Amino acid sequence: MKQRRGRGTVTNINRDNKKVIVTNLHKYFDRNEVLTGIDAEIYEGEVVCVIGPSGSGKSTFLRCLNKLEDATSGEIIIDGYDITDKKININKVRENIGMVFQQFNLFQNMTVIKNIMMAPVSLKKMTKDEAHAKAMELLARVGLADKADSYPGELSGGQQQRVAIARALAMNPDIMLFDEPTSALDPEMVGEVLDVMKELAAEGMTMIVVTHEMGFAREVSDRVLFMADGVICEQGTPEEVFDHPQNERTQDFLSKVL
Amino acid sequence: MDFGRVFSEAMPLLLEGLKLTVITSLVSIAFGMIIGLFVCLMKMSRNVVLKAISGVYIWIIRGTPMLVQALMVFFGFPQLIQMTINPNFRMDALTAGIITLSLNAGAYLAEIYRGGIMAVPKGQSEAARSLGLSQGKTMWKVVLPQALKFSIPSLVNQFIITIKDTSILSVIGMAEIVNKAKTYVGSTYVYFATYAVVALMYLVVISILMIISNYVEKKLKYEAKKGKRHRDEH
Repeated sequence: MKQRRGRGTVTNINRDNKKVIVTNLHKYFDRNEVLTGIDAEIYEGEVVCVIGPSGSGKSTFLRCLNKLEDATSGEIIIDGYDITDKKININKVRENIGMVFQQFNLFQNMTVIKNIMMAPVSLKKMTKDEAHAKAMELLARVGLADKADSYPGELSGGQQQRVAIARALAMNPDIMLFDEPTSALDPEMVGEVLDVMKELAAEGMTMIVVTHEMGFAREVSDRVLFMADGVICEQGTPEEVFDHPQNERTQDFLSKVL
Repeated sequence: MDFGRVFSEAMPLLLEGLKLTVITSLVSIAFGMIIGLFVCLMKMSRNVVLKAISGVYIWIIRGTPMLVQALMVFFGFPQLIQMTINPNFRMDALTAGIITLSLNAGAYLAEIYRGGIMAVPKGQSEAARSLGLSQGKTMWKVVLPQALKFSIPSLVNQFIITIKDTSILSVIGMAEIVNKAKTYVGSTYVYFATYAVVALMYLVVISILMIISNYVEKKLKYEAKKGKRHRDEH
């Protein structure tokens, strides 16, 4: 396997395959324009972190990518599907886009293993046995094999988030979306979740991560997008954005958080 | 106090009535739960027509007394049907009673379900949708099981009301406990003992229901608590 990025190291990016193409995306909530024209392209295997002040539209942008929010105008092509096309079967598209939420959102009525098995089984992607094997493999990978029969309420936040990542991976997604995955965690649990994400990045997963973890963004991402007021103000490699920010908003934001 | 007399003379009658009360309650609760689920889903759907139909239904049931509803179902509508469609139309009291109770419970249960569904955090369905589950599957596998759990105390409350409401059906001649008791009292004038026994019978039935529901709730609570205790220990 290729050695993972950091600065100047080899990455997994395949520049011939654009996984996400967003063109002039606008999003209104009632009369409030949250996204004011976003253009972005993300390549296969690329790890992109989206940073920026609260209310800048980062999460909304991410949620538009799997249509949890409807774009008001503009075009989003993800995994080859134009999801702004009304005729698209969004459920089919979502099967290949994993999402991890700030609040974990594990199904409270199911054990950990059922949480992971539910989607592959009920969408007929795998048999029960296959899904069980896959779920156990994923749990082992995130270090929680012994928690298979626990309920989400019995786990710490960090453990829940690792299960949530395993649940998303069970569908064998091409793309993973992370919506502030560590923001709801106690500080001592942030590391264990970021470690799982780093591993995933090293394996070549296409990842879009909305985050406030600047250390993670700097270390793991191929590209950093800085958003403010519903647009991408600046983007580039972590060195470019963190060490030599050009945009005034970026400079101002970084001076506050770094 | 005539209790001895009631026990020897009226007991077979009253037990017969009790049987009918219990059966009517169970059947109506079962129908009501199904009606309620559909009405609830209609009310929460984005379809304006379905929404309007369910809204009007709930409005009418909640806005009129059950006594009037029972009279309408047993006397009113059959007459309307006799005058318009079928002059030989007949409806027996039991059928009318079950229809009334089911429709009545359905409206209230719909609102109870709706409350339960709204209590399920939005993130639960978002997570299911993000995995590719359709809206229906999300509802069935993730939202409803949790909503039902939140609804249990109100559901039990409605079950109790439905059981007691069977007594209203005595006015349309359904031979449930109160109806039987009134018949007996009418010829013997043993008011106190008879009605005391009737009251006791309701108390027993409802107590059994409460014991069952307490057991179910405790079991569910235990699962939730097990989680919390674990977390606190860490």
